[in-house]
Amino acid sequence: MSNSKFTRRGMLKTGAVAGAGVALPTIFTASSVAAYTNEPTGGSVTLGFNVPQTGPYADEGADELRAYQLAVEHLNGEGDGGMLNTFSSKELQGNGIMGKKVEFVTGDTQTKSDAARASAKSMIEKDGAVMITGGSSSGVAIAVQGLCQEAGVIFMAGLTHSNDTTGKDKKANGFRHFFNGYMSAAALAPVLKNLYGTDRNAYHLTADYTWGWTQEESIAAATEAMGWNTVNKVRTPLASTDFSSYIAPVLNSGADVLVLNHYGGNMVNSLTNAVQFGLREKIVNGKQFEIVVPLYSRLMAKGAGANVKGIHGSTNWHWSLQDDASKAFVKSFGTKYGFPPSQAAHTVYCQTLLYADAATRAGTFNPCGIGEALEGFEFDGLGNGKTLYRAGDHQCFKDVLVVRGKENPTSEFDLLEVVEVTPAAQVTYPIDHPMFAGGALGTCNAG
Amino acid sequence: MDAILLQVLNGLDKGSAYALIALGLTLIFGTLGVVNFAHGALFMIGAFCAVTVQRILNLSYETVDESQTDFLGNALVVKTPYVEAWFGAETGGAIIDWAVPLAILFAIPIMVFVGYAMERGLIKHFYKRPHADQILVTFGLAIVLQEMIKYFYGANPIQTPAPEALSGIVNLGAIIGMDIVYPVWRIVYFFFSLLVIGGIFSFLRFTTFGMVVRAGMADRETVGLLGINIDKRFTIMFGIAAAVAGLAGVMYTPINSPNYHMGMDFLVLSFVVVVVGGMGSLPGAVLAGFLLGILESFASMNEIKSIIPGIDQIIIYVVAIIILLVRPRGLMGRKGVMEE
Repeated sequence: MSNSKFTRRGMLKTGAVAGAGVALPTIFTASSVAAYTNEPTGGSVTLGFNVPQTGPYADEGADELRAYQLAVEHLNGEGDGGMLNTFSSKELQGNGIMGKKVEFVTGDTQTKSDAARASAKSMIEKDGAVMITGGSSSGVAIAVQGLCQEAGVIFMAGLTHSNDTTGKDKKANGFRHFFNGYMSAAALAPVLKNLYGTDRNAYHLTADYTWGWTQEESIAAATEAMGWNTVNKVRTPLASTDFSSYIAPVLNSGADVLVLNHYGGNMVNSLTNAVQFGLREKIVNGKQFEIVVPLYSRLMAKGAGANVKGIHGSTNWHWSLQDDASKAFVKSFGTKYGFPPSQAAHTVYCQTLLYADAATRAGTFNPCGIGEALEGFEFDGLGNGKTLYRAGDHQCFKDVLVVRGKENPTSEFDLLEVVEVTPAAQVTYPIDHPMFAGGALGTCNAG
Repeated sequence: MDAILLQVLNGLDKGSAYALIALGLTLIFGTLGVVNFAHGALFMIGAFCAVTVQRILNLSYETVDESQTDFLGNALVVKTPYVEAWFGAETGGAIIDWAVPLAILFAIPIMVFVGYAMERGLIKHFYKRPHADQILVTFGLAIVLQEMIKYFYGANPIQTPAPEALSGIVNLGAIIGMDIVYPVWRIVYFFFSLLVIGGIFSFLRFTTFGMVVRAGMADRETVGLLGINIDKRFTIMFGIAAAVAGLAGVMYTPINSPNYHMGMDFLVLSFVVVVVGGMGSLPGAVLAGFLLGILESFASMNEIKSIIPGIDQIIIYVVAIIILLVRPRGLMGRKGVMEE
């Protein structure tokens, strides 16, 4: 007879527990030792910049990286300080974040969700990044935001314009400075009403993915509310290059406005095709035919060249703004790189400063502490006027710019002109707005 | 009716690009037996020949205008193209305006050289290797070429407009009392493609060189036994095929602003065109190019999409499956090509 307390059932249980422990990703085991994921212990803190370095948005990604590097310089007390000098919060002293030197690692999203998640995961697990930021696509931003929520790090979104990012896919660990489709629509609609009247027939061509759908919904709702009729909403494959077969039906549709819910290469090609087919010279229903590009990007406008002239759209920020903060940022960026920053560069620069400031105010790198510091935070001096990081959905509410393709550009950068600065109050929506329904912010995860 | 005719025109226009690329692919496959996945990259390089010519013609000297400032508040640096300085603003401006058509002259020797170098430097080492190896190496080459272009020209599309005189619209239906407006440059592209296709067919049909090439395509061994260096001629044909793809790319630039990825966008479709047309069949490639272009355009019509949602994204592949089921060798494929 044996006195051993080992039993078959006990061994199985022990084995299962041990196996589960071994199988746990390092991302979770690491946090069991530290107070939170990647708690900085040395004299530096590492940020992860996850941007498209290859693929169709590589130029925007490159501009984002430039701005990130500039922000890191300024945080570490190098350079002229940029918008640190104009930021309403005076917590940041140019000594890194809470005395820890800011270092960074970069990842390549390739504008693909799986690649973006893989590079973010690598930066968190291998490089010890305490925060992930970046992106030039809503699909990518939503995917990485979900990963950061699981991993227990803060995600400071870059260029993502879909309502879903802070709507049905919002996460407690995710924060967005950039504006969204609803805000574009709310800013554009009154301008379009003044320019083109209330009796218009709009035809939508829409990129067939999350961003396109939410922007189409937003613009259609806003224009219909002011009396426009939506003739048709046509989804176009994201991989489309020649839009002629989608433009041709517009000619005989009775529409007198074409709304291009396209971005990037899609926008360049669809706008070029629309202009080629003479839409802008066309008179329909006794009115001049008009084209609207709700989301403009200077980098993309360059690809469309003269075709953007006179065409209205919206943008998060533009280098020609004359407030002190914008001028400081343009000077800092322009002196270092030789050309003005894009809106993508601006938003990621702001996000980096906002993260550093929140950590300093919270006195911790714990994502839950930083989240609390960002929630409901009101600030100014970052180029968009007074801004609120709303606690309920982690969306920034600030002024939105309505812009127009410039008729007589004086340089290769001088492609858009600001027509109107729409005040934040006009683009603010209730937190339970139907376009942002579904999903919950959830609770903060510190890892 | 107007809408249908418009889609026919769109289809012919799309088909022009498909046909030109597929023609080059078929020439290479028919002569050298190589499945060239780098052919889309040749189309892209052709497009960037136009971008390069545009940039060369816009090379400028700089003067400082103290009366204006740049975005940093410094005195504005004004750039004046050398061409305008040498030939006067009007003539110089006209030369710059015609950059795309002028790029044809630049692209032909460049593309022939690129094709020749590609064949001699890499592809000839894979003649006796399986098609899978050829696909892998040429696909890899395509990625290398597009990354090189991205390194030098960036990832964003670059605007390369048509000459002003050819960039408007024309009402093709005016004669028959209909309203069918169509961009002039797209009509130019269609006729240009017909010209190139006609030129290639005439070259193969009416010249001794072409006759030998056709004989070599039919029976390479026998032609070799006659003492003719068929390999050399096939290498030249590779260069010509590269030039055809390049010219298609040059003239395509005003239709869609070129970017480094444009070759890949056309590559898969062009292979489908070749297979549907019949491997190794030049008339088949041209016929299938125009046919699939028209079908793709019709599938994009709202009336069709309302019946079968998403048909615009799959029509070419659906038709390819049907044709290959009914005619396994494609529309005009010959027995023995790509068959054991």
